[in-house]
Amino acid sequence: MKFEGTPLDSKQFAKELNVEWKGKLEYEWDCGIALSKFMEGLKEGKILARKCYACGRVMIPPRMFCESCFRPTDEWVELKDEGEILTFSVSFVNWDASRRKKPEVPAVIRLEGASENMGILHKLGEVGDTLEEVLKNVKIGMKVKAVWKKEKEREGAITDILYFKPVKRKK
Amino acid sequence: MAQKVAVLGAGLTKFMRRAKETGKELSFEAARMALEEANMDISEIDCVVMATAPDMFDGVHMKGDWLSDGAGAKRKPYMRSYVGGGSGVFAIIHGWYLVASGLFDTCLVVAEEKMSSTMPHPQGAFNAIYDQFLERPLGVNLLWIFSLEMMRYMHVHKIPLETIALVSVKNKKNGLDHPCTQKGIAGNYTVKDVLNSEVIAYPVHRLMVSPVTDAAAAIVITSEHEAKRRTDKPIWIEGVGWCLDTSYWTNRDLYYPKYVEYAARMAYEMAGIKDPRKEIHVVEPYDPFAYKELHHLEGLLLADKGEAPKLLEKGFWDRDTKDGIPSCPSGGLLGVGNPIAAAGLMKVIEIYLQLKGEAGKRQVRREVKRGLAQAWGDLMQVGTVVILSK
Repeated sequence: MKFEGTPLDSKQFAKELNVEWKGKLEYEWDCGIALSKFMEGLKEGKILARKCYACGRVMIPPRMFCESCFRPTDEWVELKDEGEILTFSVSFVNWDASRRKKPEVPAVIRLEGASENMGILHKLGEVGDTLEEVLKNVKIGMKVKAVWKKEKEREGAITDILYFKPVKRKK
Repeated sequence: MAQKVAVLGAGLTKFMRRAKETGKELSFEAARMALEEANMDISEIDCVVMATAPDMFDGVHMKGDWLSDGAGAKRKPYMRSYVGGGSGVFAIIHGWYLVASGLFDTCLVVAEEKMSSTMPHPQGAFNAIYDQFLERPLGVNLLWIFSLEMMRYMHVHKIPLETIALVSVKNKKNGLDHPCTQKGIAGNYTVKDVLNSEVIAYPVHRLMVSPVTDAAAAIVITSEHEAKRRTDKPIWIEGVGWCLDTSYWTNRDLYYPKYVEYAARMAYEMAGIKDPRKEIHVVEPYDPFAYKELHHLEGLLLADKGEAPKLLEKGFWDRDTKDGIPSCPSGGLLGVGNPIAAAGLMKVIEIYLQLKGEAGKRQVRREVKRGLAQAWGDLMQVGTVVILSK
């Protein structure tokens, strides 16, 4: 059987005829009913979730409808800016696949007051600059707390929380 | 009552990091090969289904329509199947219901991906799958979701990294025998090699990730009477299933792919399968990352939760197993390459070849009467399953 295809390595590719296009697209997204309120909350240092009375879930990111019950949600609930790590990673790669020396530590965090498994994506900080350090300092199930931007600098965005850092146990 | 549907021919191109051919040209070559095997002319094809993943890879809006000429779709009923990485298997499901419904007798299913055009790296195109309000501002990249899911899976079941590395070892070895394998992907690696490879996003190491690939795949499917008229040994589509979970991916416990289970249950029920561990004889679960194969084998109910890694250590999923279920005998995405949509259809084609006894050096040792292919994609969200039988 013959399989078609002409593989090119990067040297060959440079010699071949190519056409280039740099698309420039810009978007502005309306934040919607639920997230506008959520982001206003962030400006004030509050993390707001939405509760569905039918299934009882306290949901973050908040939404105006419950996708499980498929009915409107009922109530705003303020969560603590502390929670536990459900999972984390130690990333040495940027969006364009270039590498970084100091890793980023993305994590899924369940904030206190949210339902089981109801995590949000954010980053951890103050946990070390190398893989070894991060693995030593971070464990799944560990308590973490939000580190906020200064109030004046907040703009109503998820980045108003700079990162989450480990909660030091009181002795 | 649905009419029975058979697979009559299959075609693949080489898998390449960068192909000189355009997406249309790749599609044409795979489609032509499938038609040749089915001994059919394009005029005998009633409808065309095409799978191809994000438009962003090609920088062509609605690229399904643009590629359609290469899939033989001119002036035919044509549909694009698109559920991200799940598209390759979704396409045969799509084709199945066009024929099973009785609407058409023959369908050409083509899957294509040309990932190499995106600059500087196709990974950038994936950033747009994240939530634009709360996730993208954090400076996300595609590796994050996989490494987060892998970490959760390993944590819940206490799976050692060495065991996950064994998936790469198995698939990269199997891939050596695939005639289309991408240069530099397959090989005889050891667990140590995998664990010594670069940490990209811990716990994901370089050799646990499938590559960027250009390729196309195609199959011809027909109704029962068309199939029986043309061949003595048709391969049947016995069951299909698919399921989409919520896009709030951080609101699910990532250790288990419930949506894959639901897709599998749908397919098993359609195929009349009561005990999949006895009735599925060869399987091609989606393996873009090493842990994903194990994760999916559990979702497919072929292993209890947390048991797939233990079975792996025992050789249960090996290609030459006598009493296990060979998994990814093709080499999978880790051993052959990962042209997103075409990778899924490559898996379907592997099951087709295994059932026909035409997989050559990759032919599994145990007797096979029924096999399953599965793909996965969107935002950790979709499971697509097809069951083929002799």
